This record gives sequence, C-alpha cells and structure tokens, in this order.
Amino acid sequence: MATKLKSVDVVLVGFGWTASILAKELTDAGLQVLAIERGKFRDTVPDFATTHIQDELRYAARGGLFEDLARETLTFRNSLDQEALPMRHLGSFNPASGVGGAGIHWNGQTWRFLPTDFTIRSHTEARYGKNFIPVDMTIQDWGVTYDDLEPYYDKFEYLCGISGQAGNVQGKIQTGGNPFEGPRARGYPLPPLKRSYATVLFDKAAKDVGLKSFPCAAANTSQPYKNPYGVQMGQCTYCGFCEWFACGNYSKSSPQTTILPALLPKDNFSYRTLCDVTRVNLDSTGKRATGVTYVDVQGREFEQPAELVILCAFAQHNAHLLLLSGIGEPYNPKTNEGVTGRNYAYQITSSVDVFLDEDVNPFMGAGALGQAIDEFNGDNFDHGPLGFIGGGYIALWTTGGRPILQQHGAPEGTPKWGGGWKKSMHENYLKSVSVATHGSVMSYRDSYLDLDPTYRDVYGNPLLRLTFDFHDNEYKMSKFETDKAALIAKAMKPRSVKVNYREGHYSILPYETTHNTGGAAMGSDPKTSVVNRYLQSWDVSNVFVMGSSVFPQNHGYNPTGTVGALAYWAADAIKTKYLKNPGPLVQA
Amino acid sequence: MRATKLAFGLAGLLGLSLANAIPAAAQGTTYTTIERGRYLVNTGDCASCHTDQGGKPYAGALAVPTPFGVIYSTNITPDPATGIGNWSEQDFYKAMHDGIRRDGKHLYPAFPYPWFTKVSREDAHAIKAFLDTLTPVRQQNKPTELSWPLDVREVMAGWNELYFHEGAFKADPTKSEQWNRGAYLVEGLGHCGACHTATNVLGASKTGEKLKGGDFGEHWYAPSLTSNLRDGLGGWSAVEIVEYLKTGANDKSAAAGPMAEVIKNSTQYLSDADLNSIAAYLKDFPVGKVKATTTTEINKQTLSRGGTLYFDNCTGCHMENGEGLAQAFPPLKGSSAVQAAVPDTVIHIVLAGAKMAATPSKPTGFAMPAFDWKLNDKEVADLVNYIRNAWGNHASLTSADAVNKVRKDVEHSGG
Repeated sequence: MATKLKSVDVVLVGFGWTASILAKELTDAGLQVLAIERGKFRDTVPDFATTHIQDELRYAARGGLFEDLARETLTFRNSLDQEALPMRHLGSFNPASGVGGAGIHWNGQTWRFLPTDFTIRSHTEARYGKNFIPVDMTIQDWGVTYDDLEPYYDKFEYLCGISGQAGNVQGKIQTGGNPFEGPRARGYPLPPLKRSYATVLFDKAAKDVGLKSFPCAAANTSQPYKNPYGVQMGQCTYCGFCEWFACGNYSKSSPQTTILPALLPKDNFSYRTLCDVTRVNLDSTGKRATGVTYVDVQGREFEQPAELVILCAFAQHNAHLLLLSGIGEPYNPKTNEGVTGRNYAYQITSSVDVFLDEDVNPFMGAGALGQAIDEFNGDNFDHGPLGFIGGGYIALWTTGGRPILQQHGAPEGTPKWGGGWKKSMHENYLKSVSVATHGSVMSYRDSYLDLDPTYRDVYGNPLLRLTFDFHDNEYKMSKFETDKAALIAKAMKPRSVKVNYREGHYSILPYETTHNTGGAAMGSDPKTSVVNRYLQSWDVSNVFVMGSSVFPQNHGYNPTGTVGALAYWAADAIKTKYLKNPGPLVQA
Repeated sequence: MRATKLAFGLAGLLGLSLANAIPAAAQGTTYTTIERGRYLVNTGDCASCHTDQGGKPYAGALAVPTPFGVIYSTNITPDPATGIGNWSEQDFYKAMHDGIRRDGKHLYPAFPYPWFTKVSREDAHAIKAFLDTLTPVRQQNKPTELSWPLDVREVMAGWNELYFHEGAFKADPTKSEQWNRGAYLVEGLGHCGACHTATNVLGASKTGEKLKGGDFGEHWYAPSLTSNLRDGLGGWSAVEIVEYLKTGANDKSAAAGPMAEVIKNSTQYLSDADLNSIAAYLKDFPVGKVKATTTTEINKQTLSRGGTLYFDNCTGCHMENGEGLAQAFPPLKGSSAVQAAVPDTVIHIVLAGAKMAATPSKPTGFAMPAFDWKLNDKEVADLVNYIRNAWGNHASLTSADAVNKVRKDVEHSGG
C-alpha cells in the first residue's frame, strides 16, 4: 500500500538536463518543485574528480556512469514477426542513471536542427511532390518552427557557454561558420575551441573538394564562462575524456556545471534519488493526472500528489511510463492508429578511417572538438535525383586517444590479432583519424515502442519493447554520405583509407549513438502525436513530456541542443500560458 | 477545481511575503532593533558555533575541540529552561562584556568574550533582541569535557586576570571614522583575532602577535592579516578584501575550510560600508616585526619531484604557471595562504580536498578533490614544498612526518 505524501505544485520524473532546466525556471516562477531520480546524486567532487575520472576501463569499457540493466532494460527485435528479447548488455546506446542524466557523460556536441527539419513533411511534399515520401514513412511536421525555437536555442547555448563560430547571424552569413544553419539572433557565447591538427587537415581537405568547413559548436568551454544563472565554468584542458566520462574540472556543460549550484539551495526545490517512478496516476476521468507513484531503494511505495507532472526521463523511459500509465492510445502498427510509442527513430552513422604519413596527436582532445561540413544535411541539397529523404553532417572529431575503445583500427589487410596486428597498431596509433557521418533516420510505421507481452521488470511491470530496423531510404542516404566522407578523406592525401559503410540490419550491440527519439511525438494533430506544440499531453493536460521522446523523426544532428531548446520553450509556455489558465494550451 | 489551486497557490505565495513585510515594518523601532540584531548576529558569526551540524538553529551542542578538551556550544535560543530565555539584557551584556554567565560563573574563552568585550551596549542589546525572536528550542547544554584544572570554572578568574582586557571599544581620534568602524568590527564582534592571532600554551592570544596568523585547530592555519606582502594582505587591495569577504573569492585567493564557513555564515551578509571599513582597517594594519622564516634552501631534487607531481595532478585547474584560472580556480602563485608561516592548510587541502564558499554572486562552490588516497606522505610533502616555493613563492619546508600527522588527524575527523 503506497504511502501518500504531501502534494507539490510540480513533480519532475528524472533529474537530468530537461528536469534541471524546468526546475530552475518553474521555481523562479514561485512553484514548489520536486524531482524524482532513479539514480544517485552525483557532483563534480567527489564523483567526477580529476583524480579518478580518466579511467577508460571503469567508465567507458564497463559503463560506470550508465544505467544498470539489472534494474531496468528493454526488449528488442528488428521486425514485427520476431520475438523480442531483453537487452542484457548496453551496446548500441548508453542512457545514464543518476542526477545530471546523460548530460554528465555526453560529448557536448551541440547543434541546432535546420529550419526545414521542423517542417519536413510539408517542405518535402512542396519541393519534391507528395509521392516522394514512401507510404510507410510516417514523418511529420513538428508543430513548432525554427523561428519559434530560436530564442530558446539561444537560451540553452548561453546556459551552457557553447564554444563555436556562428554561420548565420540575423540572415547575414558569417565567414568560417556553418552557412546552412538557420539565422541566429547572435553568435555563440564563446569562441571555438582550439583546433587539433587533424581538424586542420580536414578543413583543408574539405575546402580542396569545394566544401565549406567550420568548427563544431561545443559544450566544452574554450574560455572560463559565467552563465546567466551566475554559475561559473572553468576552461577545457583538452584532456580527451568527455565522451562517456564526466568532466572533472567544470568545463563540460552539464546540469551540475550550469544549473544545480543555482537550483539546489532554493527552498522551493527538492529532489529524491534512488526512486523509480512506476506510474503517472490519473483521476477517474483519465483526463487529469493526480501525481506519480514511486518505489524507493528500500522497496517502499509512495504516492506523490502533484498539480503538474513533467516527464523528464530518457527518451524510451518517457514512452514506457506513458504506456504503463495509459496516457495516450498505444500505437498499433497494424492499423497505424494510436499514438503512444509511435515514430521511434534512431540515427545512422558510418565512417572512413584515414591512415596518414604524419603524426596527428590524438591525445589533445575534447568531446566536441571537431570540424564539419553541412552540405549534405537535411534538405541542403537536391534530393530529387537521389531518391531518398534526409542527410547528415560529415565531421572529423578529435575526442581523445584512449587505447581500449578509441583507436581507429588498422588499414585493410592487417591481421586481426598477433604480431602483425601489434605492428600495425604501433605504426598507426598516432597516424590515424576517422571521418564520420551522422545521418538522420526517418520514422516508419514498423518502428515503434510498446509493452512487451512476455518480459517484466523487478516491479512486475511489462518491459518496453523496441521494434526497429533501418530502411532502404536510410541505407541509400548513408551510402551517399559515406561516399562524400571518403571524398574528403582522400583529399587529406593519406597512405590509405578504409571505408566503413553501414550495412546489414540494425543491431542493438555495437555502439552507434545514444540518440534515440520518438515514442511521444509532438505535432499539430492529436491523431498522430502524443503532445502538442508545447509538449503538453493532448489527453491529460497537466502532463508534459520533455526530451528527444517528442521528436517526430530524427534529423542529421546530435539532439541535445534541440532537447534544451524545447525544454526552455515548454517552460516558457507553462509559465506564461498554462499557469494563467491551466488546461489544454492547444484545442484538439 | 484542482487546476485553479495552483494559480491560487502562486497568489498565496506573493501574498505571504507581502503580509510578512507589513506588520513588521509597522513595529517601528523594535523592528529596526531586531533587524539590527540579526545583522550583528551574522557579523559575529554566532551560527558557525551555536548551530550544530544538522541541529536546530542557535540551539548549540556543536563540539568545539580545544587543546584542553572539548567544549560544547550553548543553546542561545529564548527557551527559558535550556536557552537564554530568562536572561535579562543586563545578563547578556555581562556575558558579552565580562565573560560571566547569568549564574555568575565564568565562561570559557572558546566563547570569544576577549573580543566581544568591545561590543557596545547598544549592539549587545540589539543582538539579545534578535535572539529573543528565535523559535525557542528545548535542548539541554552538554557539559564540557575539559581536563583538570580547567574543568573548574573558577580557574578562569585567574586566566582573565592574566590575559583578559575588559573594556568597550575606544575610537582612535587620529584615524578616520571608517578606520574606527573597521577596528570595532575586526577587534570586537568580528573576533578575527580569535583565529588569526597566535595563542600561548594557555590558549590566550599572544599580545605582540596580533593578526599575524594563528592556528584554528584541526590543521587549518589562519594566515596573517597584516600588510606583509608574502603571507599577509599586503598584496591585496581594499577592493579585493571586500570581494573576498562578500563572495568567498577574489583574484588572489579563495576561502576554504573554516574561512569558507565564516563567509557563508557571516561576512557575505555584511554591508558594503562595513566591509570597506574592515578593509580600510586591515590595509592600515602594520606589518610589525616579521620573524625570519627559517627555510633551508629547497634542493633541486625536491623541487623537481614536487614539480612532476604538480604537473600530473594540479595543472588541470591551477595551471602550469600556478596562476589558476580567473573567476574559477584560485592561484597558488603569490598566495598568502599558500605561503603561510605554517603549511598545515595546504597539506590539509591536498589531502582532504576543499570546497569554496557558495554565495549569491558566486554560487558555483567549486570543489577540489581529495588526494589522500592517491599520494603518499612523501609525495604530499614534495608537492607542498614545490607549491610553497615555485613561481617566486617562498615558505618553510615540510616533511613526510608532518604530512603524516595531518593525515592521521584529517582522516580521523573525516576531513
């Protein structure tokens, strides 16, 4: 029997990036806010201290900062005719557990989506005709536009102290930036990071083949930075331990380094850790949430009443909780009806390994230290003759020179083991780089999330079931991108290149990217979306859903910039619209 | 219905603060006196000792370790039975001014009456008026755990005879009003000398050593506040002193350990006028006679071992040149705390780490991790010797044995 607790104004499920943003904004508005987090409390010192964080075996190989699958996992299958099996090892993606969420172990690669990404269906139909979109492809416009979100992208970038070079300030193209980006009100708060030698080589090669290369925007501070909340960050030391690690010296943006010092001392904020939220509770009408039920680390069940429930967990977990709570009609791929779990999407990546004659120091690195080109992203190029939708950026990242998981392999023909392998590794460790493609994945009728009919979690609840595979559109797109990447790679005048196309079915095992999206898609039509343009549930108006779970499909960029912008956008809607007149912000 | 509750809740919140302000303001002088008392209680940093960790505000029971045994701070809430609820204003003044409690018995100078004696009657009155508004907490004071003969309070009469100079603050007419205000705060309620002045074997401040640095205990050394350039405030401008006391850090240093507590509980609340007065007084404080530091010349090998350790462990934040990172990580080069007469603070921080004070204008509260598990005594000694003698720094050398002593005490107390 659950113990009923004293009501709060707002309960946040999870305590990562989006919860921290919502908590700060809503406590500033005077509300009593409580965050409930399944993992532990963590802070720079002692948890991420420079004395121990640069440990590849503990954190990267053994996933020290990732979620524990013994507590929560999902089942996976490629297609509807298969039986899904539980994911027992992390592989393809690495969600986090603990305060700060994946905002702790991310690289800091911070992008804005293109203006045309937000209107992908209407834009594609207008430019290429209705028949250009395959029948089973369920992409849709977001319900918000780039112009709607621009001020909120700006807010997130100034929260984080993003280091970068603007490409388009108020419509004026800036030298050295990404000329394809949507217009921004102002430049980045900090100048770009110092370049690695490899990114200089990429820059030159890209220009040689006629492409416009630019330094990637980074949530790794190129200089000390004080954000609008008054929180101070240090300066990146290029130690090469961002990706899958936490930052030990306050120079990678995270909730801990940008928000928590200003949030935690507030009287109207509190949080509880090691508590699993198992349900959003609804009243008898099913139209109103009364709060959440959670189980603490001792197995005690509590009911936490709240006026507003905001789901801020990782993408799949938000969808899982909506399904368990009966919010929104579960999606049925056979009838193409229902919304919750619909439009799950992922990303498709590939790479070209480049073996050079000269040393390129891989050890001076940062999670988002990179140089990229954007000619082949979104609808920046003519898809007409190509017969696919979507695209991606092509980049060379210098994120570190770790020995276990970060060496770029060996040239074609190298033995896989033994003396020959060692010799090649010795010869190539300091002479190899990789050009990566980061491609979009559209949403499809047969890619979705639902409740598993067989497997259950420790609380007896059905596990989430993920059904997903790549489609022809993505293979075609990825092949196109990879060929372009090879073109740049060859222009670097290497000894040899090794082209790694993305082939075969999607696999849950080798790491690809943690950019899972969808399941609680946003949109303008309640028949095809779970939340409206303000991230508010169509069915239960005092429930909001944050994070990449609301993306209706996945575009060719890392998602965190857009996740942050949407959180600020929703927080603003709650403060300026919802609180004045609680109820649906958009009429269905 | 429920939806509107949220909106009403918001209105209620606004209404509440309004309601708080009106009647209080209407009370006129009483309110002014109480608020003045609140300010003075912060100035005197009463909370740091009179509130136990996790305890009720001002209910005492915090263990204050002294070389003579443990003294527990007392309950100063207005509970009549266990606090000071039935103390008269005169009783309270007698405690502040003479170190004598209501029952006529002597207080121990862990309660800094040798400084509080300078507090004006009017200020003492305001402090009592504020304390009277606190929520009374019924909590018995804990008996002291002092060794004989100090457990006999009468002994303090003799101590007072020797070391206590009773008397209200007397302004120096040759100095400015600002200087005198600073002197009143530093020498009186602020009781800076309680830590920043060396003490004799009986725990009394040495008269000739005023503010030249002292031992806080627990291996925290309170550095000199004189105008000495190397280990005092000689290199700090008045503006930098104010910034440090207001925010917990400036370009020269960042507070850690007990001083971070003082900033958190006390100096951050002081008015700019008072902070400027303190700075004016300290900037005018004479260097006095400086004892020659008996440093044996640091040999190249030690410096090189320490330098390697520094490069591997410290440069990520404090930079290779020891200058730190402006606004974030404090410099070690030229730091008075680093070059203090006694190396304990540096050893303590290397072993146990430290957290900077988080104040409204600098909320971040940067922290340094502990190195006790990573560096052995010899390594810490080499490192500390390097830090205290690199980049033009100059200070006495320490040894692995000295580090070991700090390590034992720090680990025993949990940092």
